[in-house]
Amino acid sequence: MEKEKLQWLFESMYRIRRFEETMLEQTFKGKSMGVTHSSDGQEAGPAGVCAHLTDKDWIGSTHRGHGHCIAKGLDTKKMMAEIFGKSTGQCKGKGGSMHIADFSKGMLGANAIVGASIPLAVGAALSSKYNGTENDSVGVAFFGDGATGQGVLHESMNLASIWKLPVIFVCENNHYAEATPVEYAVSIEDISDRAAAYSMPGVTADGMDVFDVYEVAGEAVNRARKGDGPTLIELKTFRYHGHFHADDPKKYRTPEEDEKWKDRDCLKIFEEKVIANNSMDLESIKKIKDLIDTEMIEAVEFAEKSPMPNIEELYSDVYVKYKD
Amino acid sequence: MTFDYSQTFRGSSGLPNTDNIPGSEMRYRDAFNLTLRQELDRDPSVFVMGEDIAGGAGRFEKDGEVSYEEKDGFKPLDAWGGPFAATKGLIQDFGTDRIKDTPISEAGVLGAAIGAALTGTRPVVDLMYFDFVTVAYDQLLSNAAKSRYMFGGQTKVPLTMFARSGAGTGHAAQHSESFYSMLVHIPGLKVVVPSDPLSVKGLLSASIRDDDPVFLVNDKKLINLNGFVPDQEVVFELGKGRYLKRGSDVTLIGMAYTSEICRKVAEKLEESGVSCEVVDMLSLSPLDEDIILESVSKTNKVVIVDEDTPMCSMASEISSIIADKGFDYLDAPIKKVNSPHTPVPYNRDLEFSFMPSEERVIKAVKEIVEY
Ligand SMILES: Cc1ncc(C[n+]2csc(CCOP(=O)(O)OP(=O)(O)O)c2C)c(N)n1
Ligand SMILES: [Mg+2]
Repeated sequence: MEKEKLQWLFESMYRIRRFEETMLEQTFKGKSMGVTHSSDGQEAGPAGVCAHLTDKDWIGSTHRGHGHCIAKGLDTKKMMAEIFGKSTGQCKGKGGSMHIADFSKGMLGANAIVGASIPLAVGAALSSKYNGTENDSVGVAFFGDGATGQGVLHESMNLASIWKLPVIFVCENNHYAEATPVEYAVSIEDISDRAAAYSMPGVTADGMDVFDVYEVAGEAVNRARKGDGPTLIELKTFRYHGHFHADDPKKYRTPEEDEKWKDRDCLKIFEEKVIANNSMDLESIKKIKDLIDTEMIEAVEFAEKSPMPNIEELYSDVYVKYKD
Repeated sequence: MTFDYSQTFRGSSGLPNTDNIPGSEMRYRDAFNLTLRQELDRDPSVFVMGEDIAGGAGRFEKDGEVSYEEKDGFKPLDAWGGPFAATKGLIQDFGTDRIKDTPISEAGVLGAAIGAALTGTRPVVDLMYFDFVTVAYDQLLSNAAKSRYMFGGQTKVPLTMFARSGAGTGHAAQHSESFYSMLVHIPGLKVVVPSDPLSVKGLLSASIRDDDPVFLVNDKKLINLNGFVPDQEVVFELGKGRYLKRGSDVTLIGMAYTSEICRKVAEKLEESGVSCEVVDMLSLSPLDEDIILESVSKTNKVVIVDEDTPMCSMASEISSIIADKGFDYLDAPIKKVNSPHTPVPYNRDLEFSFMPSEERVIKAVKEIVEY
């Protein structure tokens, strides 16, 4: 892998980790105006997938969407400001943590209705097929293990398959939907097996190892760009924090399970691998970390100092034009 | 002494006296939980389904220790006990057949509940946030509400649904709905909106015992509201409103949390010499037209407070009833206080200007009181 790609993968993962930690800290200080869902632990997924995408590719996201946003290149200042409910936020403070979007970056929006963003990614792929730009613009649907319970996922997979759309379905199986364990709510062991029912390839990857994610996602994105249709990818992963900021996961998980996953932390695995094969050194890793640590301080300062939206914003943006 | 809750309704003079009645002060959420427990005890055909109504499904616990396998002395895990602890403790007392955690499959789960209701059980479904109703709306509209009618009265659907509604908690556009009107619009469905711990008890019992599908809406802003709840059974008659306060100058009509707003406004305005009467609808379908007309015939002025967006809202419906059947009573225009015709914004200042507030109700009263 070229050096720049490697650095990008690490930067993205570390930026997500630090953003989530900072965002949680700020939430506990009362700076978020609503609930927040941290994706810490799951960073390798968004990074390894989005490494293959450009601003012209589209992603759909979930309530746990900060990682997807960052990997798609959104500005952490505007993201933090959105969570703080400020006018400089990514959605003018009108959307909040669960609804961060940036259409200029190919980010179709985080979505707080479980499963609801999946068909949007299919629709983005439909657009690109319609316009003959499959090679340039694919759709990626990020969703959780819990979302596989929703009918709309199955409808979307079938549509993508019969129309051979350039879509990648990325299921981040973090083993829990709120407090519900995946083995209770999902009837199969590997969610990727669902792909067979819609005659598309299905692969399970190690969601804690960004190199594994990168490889699997690369193949799927290539298939899509070539016009060979959709793929389902399952990433086995884990969220370190509770379901939302105030949820205590000890109520439904054993400490042993948490430790088992943290032992395979994506940043740790990355560092071990790059040091072992001499593709990055500790110094360059430290440099990246320092830059991002500063970026987080700046993001909070920016959010803090930004003004509240004007009250008139309540009435704007409902329609493009309604009446005079 | 027993509690005569019939005094609560039309024709009475405000909330009944509870002196010497056995009972206790409790939060709205605790009254909900206790009542559900009472109904599960009473009727073995009642069971509950929903996402994380216990939490940690398939796992076990003992003294805070979580186990992934069943072990001696361990009970089914109750990690969440439902959003806002509505169903806390129930799984350990009633078991996993009667307190059933589900995958995130609102349409399938509600549809299955309807099928179960058609075939001899009385399911209660927790849809979590009110917004998620729309994921299952087809089942609600086309199956729950229509089965009895289109099958010529052969069958019935004794189903209860509940979910948490309303803005005010920073949950933004997709977790803050108050679209009562989208449910009330459906023939075949009943809709009730408790406004305090007592009415939660009275309406939840009544909903579960009713043979038709009933949707009970829990406004999030009421979940921790305190109030007196008698120990005895309380079963409200569906379709009856009540007076929270009697008065002579202006009628304030509320539902769920807006009844609480009306009650507070009435107290404040009393001090400045305006006497408000407060009508708490409790049931939106069937709707108690008589209490509305009875009150307006006396005060001749009315403000309707409804958190739903204004077009085709309950406030519009109630206005039309007054305009049609109470036109001669009116001495001033009917005033509606709704949320604006927008989704719910995230930013707190915007969110609080979105919702009906005491200030907005007071302003509306002032506009008509001297009319
Ligand atoms: C339609 C719908 N039902 C229920 C919820 C409440 N809810 C929010 S997140 C969540 C769990 C989602 O689990 P999963 O898809 O695995 O994503 P994760 O939270 O693990 O990232 C639930 C049930 C919702 N937001 N939307
Ligand atoms: Mg999950």
